[in-house]
Amino acid sequence: MIPATFDYARPASVDDAVRALSDAGEDAKVLAGGQSLMPLLRLRLAVPDALIDLGRIAALREIRDEGDALLIGAMATHHQVIRDPLVREHAPLIARTVRIVADPAVRHRGTFGGSLAHADPAGDLPAVALALDAVFLVRSARGEREIPASAFFVDWLTSALEPDELLVGIRIPKLGAGWGVHYEKFHRTAQAWAIVGVACAVRRNGSTVEDARVALTNMGPAPVRASAVEIAVRSRPVAGDSFRAAAEHAAEGTTPPTDLHGSSDYRSHLATVLTARALQTAAI
Amino acid sequence: MTIQEVGTPRKRSEDARLITGQTRWTENITPAGTLHVMFLRSPHAHARIVNVDTSQAKARPGVVAAFSGADFAEEQGSLPCAWVVTDDMKHPDHPPMAVTEVRYAGEPVACVVARDRYAAADALEDIDIDYEPLPVVLDMNAAVADGADLVHEDLGTNKSYTWVFENGDLDAALHDAPVVIEREYVQQRLIPSAMEPRSVLCVPDADDFTLYSATQIPHILRLMLATVTGIAEHHIRVVAPDVGGGFGSKLQVYGEEVLALLLARRLGRPVKWTESRSEGNMTVHHGRDQIQRLTLAAERDGRIRGLKVNLLADMGAYLMLVTPGIPLLGAFMFNGIYKMDAYSFTCEGVFTTKTPTDAYRGAGRPEATYAIERIMDELAAEIGVDPIEVRRRNWIAHEEFPYETIAGLTYDSGNYEAATDKALELFRYDELRAEQAARREAQDPVQLGIGVSTFTEMCGLAPSRVLGSLSYGAGGWEHASVRVLPSGKIEVITGTSPHGQGHETAWAQITADRLGVPFEDVKVLHGDTAISPKGMDTYGSRSLAVGGVALFSACGKVIEKARVVAAHLLEAAEQDLEFAEGRFSVRGVPEESRTIQEVALAAFAAHDLPDGLEPSLDADATFDPENFSFPHGTHLCAADVDTETGMVKIRTYVAVDDVGKVVNPLIVEGQVHGGLAQGIAQALFEEAVYDADGNLTTTTMADYLVPSAADLPTFTTDRTETPATSNPMGVKGVGEAGTIASTPAVVNAVVDALRPYGVHDVPMPCTPERVWRAARSGGAR
Amino acid sequence: MPRIRVEVDGATYEDDVEPRLLLVHYLRERLGKIGTPVGCDTSNCGACTVLLDGMSVKSCSVLAVQADGGDVTTIEGLGMNGTSHPMQRAFHEEHALQCGYCTPGMIMASLDLLRENPDPSDDEVREGLEGNLCRCTGYQNIVKAVRRAAREMREPAEREVTP
Repeated sequence: MIPATFDYARPASVDDAVRALSDAGEDAKVLAGGQSLMPLLRLRLAVPDALIDLGRIAALREIRDEGDALLIGAMATHHQVIRDPLVREHAPLIARTVRIVADPAVRHRGTFGGSLAHADPAGDLPAVALALDAVFLVRSARGEREIPASAFFVDWLTSALEPDELLVGIRIPKLGAGWGVHYEKFHRTAQAWAIVGVACAVRRNGSTVEDARVALTNMGPAPVRASAVEIAVRSRPVAGDSFRAAAEHAAEGTTPPTDLHGSSDYRSHLATVLTARALQTAAI
Repeated sequence: MTIQEVGTPRKRSEDARLITGQTRWTENITPAGTLHVMFLRSPHAHARIVNVDTSQAKARPGVVAAFSGADFAEEQGSLPCAWVVTDDMKHPDHPPMAVTEVRYAGEPVACVVARDRYAAADALEDIDIDYEPLPVVLDMNAAVADGADLVHEDLGTNKSYTWVFENGDLDAALHDAPVVIEREYVQQRLIPSAMEPRSVLCVPDADDFTLYSATQIPHILRLMLATVTGIAEHHIRVVAPDVGGGFGSKLQVYGEEVLALLLARRLGRPVKWTESRSEGNMTVHHGRDQIQRLTLAAERDGRIRGLKVNLLADMGAYLMLVTPGIPLLGAFMFNGIYKMDAYSFTCEGVFTTKTPTDAYRGAGRPEATYAIERIMDELAAEIGVDPIEVRRRNWIAHEEFPYETIAGLTYDSGNYEAATDKALELFRYDELRAEQAARREAQDPVQLGIGVSTFTEMCGLAPSRVLGSLSYGAGGWEHASVRVLPSGKIEVITGTSPHGQGHETAWAQITADRLGVPFEDVKVLHGDTAISPKGMDTYGSRSLAVGGVALFSACGKVIEKARVVAAHLLEAAEQDLEFAEGRFSVRGVPEESRTIQEVALAAFAAHDLPDGLEPSLDADATFDPENFSFPHGTHLCAADVDTETGMVKIRTYVAVDDVGKVVNPLIVEGQVHGGLAQGIAQALFEEAVYDADGNLTTTTMADYLVPSAADLPTFTTDRTETPATSNPMGVKGVGEAGTIASTPAVVNAVVDALRPYGVHDVPMPCTPERVWRAARSGGAR
Repeated sequence: MPRIRVEVDGATYEDDVEPRLLLVHYLRERLGKIGTPVGCDTSNCGACTVLLDGMSVKSCSVLAVQADGGDVTTIEGLGMNGTSHPMQRAFHEEHALQCGYCTPGMIMASLDLLRENPDPSDDEVREGLEGNLCRCTGYQNIVKAVRRAAREMREPAEREVTP
């Protein structure tokens, strides 16, 4: 299958990109790594008038230490993120999850920011961003703004980005010491999307859970934070029983879809099982 | 001393071009002036075509022509079905491009011919079609009920045919039977998913047409193209260049092939079409799709009395090349390797508004094997006997061959005991059973299941007389030619048409051994009706068992003629000559000899040949087998089944196959591996799914889950070797065995893991959700 | 139409291309590099895998304009000058192909895998090749071939010229 025609711009700087996006109007699309967009273009499920290719803006690929947070440039590739020493040290949940996003060739091209801006609820990274309280740095001709992860993922394939807004980076607050992390991905084949995924971080104090972050993939039109689980597991002993008890709340408030790979109630069940496992793995 | 080629794991000579990117896929062939075709396909599963307007598309830059089905209505004919299984079979017209009505989503309705694919793709969007939707027919049970909506209004029914086979007194077998097991199994619809998409190129040359196609059947295709279009057969040449897998999906005469020919004729230029994957998933014929209802009657000790089988087989919207015959190939296999007194088989072919079905790896036999091997495990569970033991009590003992089965076939040879014993040992069956017991005892959330499949299949399609008795449209023989060149090098021409199997290597091995020439001196030619004029092509694991034997026989004719020439040259009597390692020598006088190359040169020069003998050593042979061949084997699968999530992970898979004499063990093992992967994929991953409107939802590889390396285990394979007695080489065939055997082995393992939960079936594919639901609703103890 | 400059298998090309032109179509239809086939339209099958600036990419999911200034290696760029690459040899030796349609992509992905991990285990090979589908081999011999090539490529004495 072959994409429909589109205009193409390859700005050299963020300023140029923002200007191009503003000029291009509502039917322009930003081309990051293209690994989600290209299949949509080829199947003509997306038919943009123009593509703004960010591929040559080196500044957007930087990963910086900002003291109490990391700043990951929107165009940092998955391949780059997995290997980045800062990410490995300060955001191991990201390093581990990105490792199981898609396959190696896709990870060479696909970008951290592109995956998040695509806002696919079956994608693995949105839940991770949500669990880590990431902040999305956005630019447009109108100025800059920051969007917390809790407000960024709006609906299926819909983020809070306005058509003229460009995601330039993602700020990941460092978790600090004492946290264990895990992403539990459940899928039918290695290439298949997650039926359910659980992004999880647990801070222990000796044999007690001090704090926990849990966010779920594909349990609704956008990733969801399993707040009830987080509350239920706090101050509980580090033990399978407490994790299982807390995980019983995993599906609360979710609206999981029914599709080819799983029904809604199966997803709700999986969320509890996988959350217990994720908590257990993260805590140990 | 020349090496013994047959039996040697020789590396394939085909590989050289395949590993360097010099392959000749149809899509790689683009003569100057080639035009590209794209088809506009129905978005409806069933609709009347009210109007097609191609005028806008025609006006686009780069577009040479655009056509609707109506534009070809007079010349496109109807796609052929070569297997009229009953006298009253309902057989609807099947225009290559729909004219008045579409009956499955994806059916071609119009086309654009343009200078490149990009222009064609754009122009498709400018074709305007008005449809009037009609009711869809998706469920086979509903389709055969009274008052059902009809796929073909003019036929008055959705039933294409009812085909019955009966042997023995089934009523007596069922009457008062101590054990009666009734089951319904569903063979889900599969998409063959050969890696190379379909592609066809037709090059016109005045009145002649050369059609390149990614096909398994250049010879059948040529005949059928002539029949459908009325273009005389001798004006059509079909070439199957390198073909990237088929698995039955390229055993077909597709509408796009017919239209490529007609477009090339109408436009006078080369015309090429290559499908996209999402297009192919909708329109390559699908496989399987049966509802199987079985009743098994047995004694309390597990000995089978009789088996009754009722099938509903989904034909899809039309009957394609061998669509109606596919389930009937299973009719002879539901009894498997077992003895019984009575058997009854009834199959109804049913039309639905879905993509037509046809051959997919195994074609009828995997469905039958699944059913019998699944129900044998149910029988074992019912009477509380180990599944291996219940099979032992029923299978044909090795001393009983040849054995006439209840389905009317004569199994010529086999040794089920040997294959099973070997498999059990490799598998460490007893240890795994002990582990299973321990995990059941401990109520481990991850249970261990052990699945057994002791299968046989009928392959080497096929004895022409048998095909005739089944009303198939052609014979099942195969042809080979051996050309002995003046230099002593050999060209072999085979009527089989490989698409990844490795014929170029294996046929050269057979020839090298027979003629006593070096392997490197043999070249195998195939897949071009101008080079290989006669053949019945490649499917049904027939290439070696029929085509290989034809070659064996042609080589024999070369030797016999060479013997006459050699005797003349050596001034000896023919009966005094010995032929070994490529040399004729006078018995007892070894220095008096001529090599076959020397004889070849003499036969070419023809200066001094015996009176009346024609020059050249070339020979042709055709082999028509008297019987099918019957590979068999024992497959064992151990799977971890996570009862909390439903995830199934195959831990150990042992396959011991008996495919008779082996020409190239490397190729045989590769065929088994690939077959296992496809059979396992049916058990666990793959399913073509339609929504309530009749649209295929698994149009991409993101949704139709072809397993990757990460999803499959490492297999342990081994062989026993019981030669076939139905051909002089003792060979059977291996192309489909792995696929046929493995699906029930895996599902038996899944069900076995869940038996303590009261589970006796999990529908295929055994998705995590289905496994979890079965474990939950089976009534956990 | 943007003008691009790309090095492919050691030769430099400059062409005007439509922005929507896929890299794989540029290779096949503009440059005649037909060794790289197309197997799907959703970047699942990996048949079209090539190396772009040394790293594997699915050339059906990259626009030709995105490769501007880049260095592409296809299956045709391996083992040139009459000597086959150890990975090509290993696929042959281990019977790691049947129809061969996935083979160019599988070989390129395998090279990328070894670049990252010169001594992978069976499981690491299986995971590393999860983006490349094969319908014929059941993958077992592909795993063996990649491990064989890894051994040969680690042996200095056996080392061949790699791209």
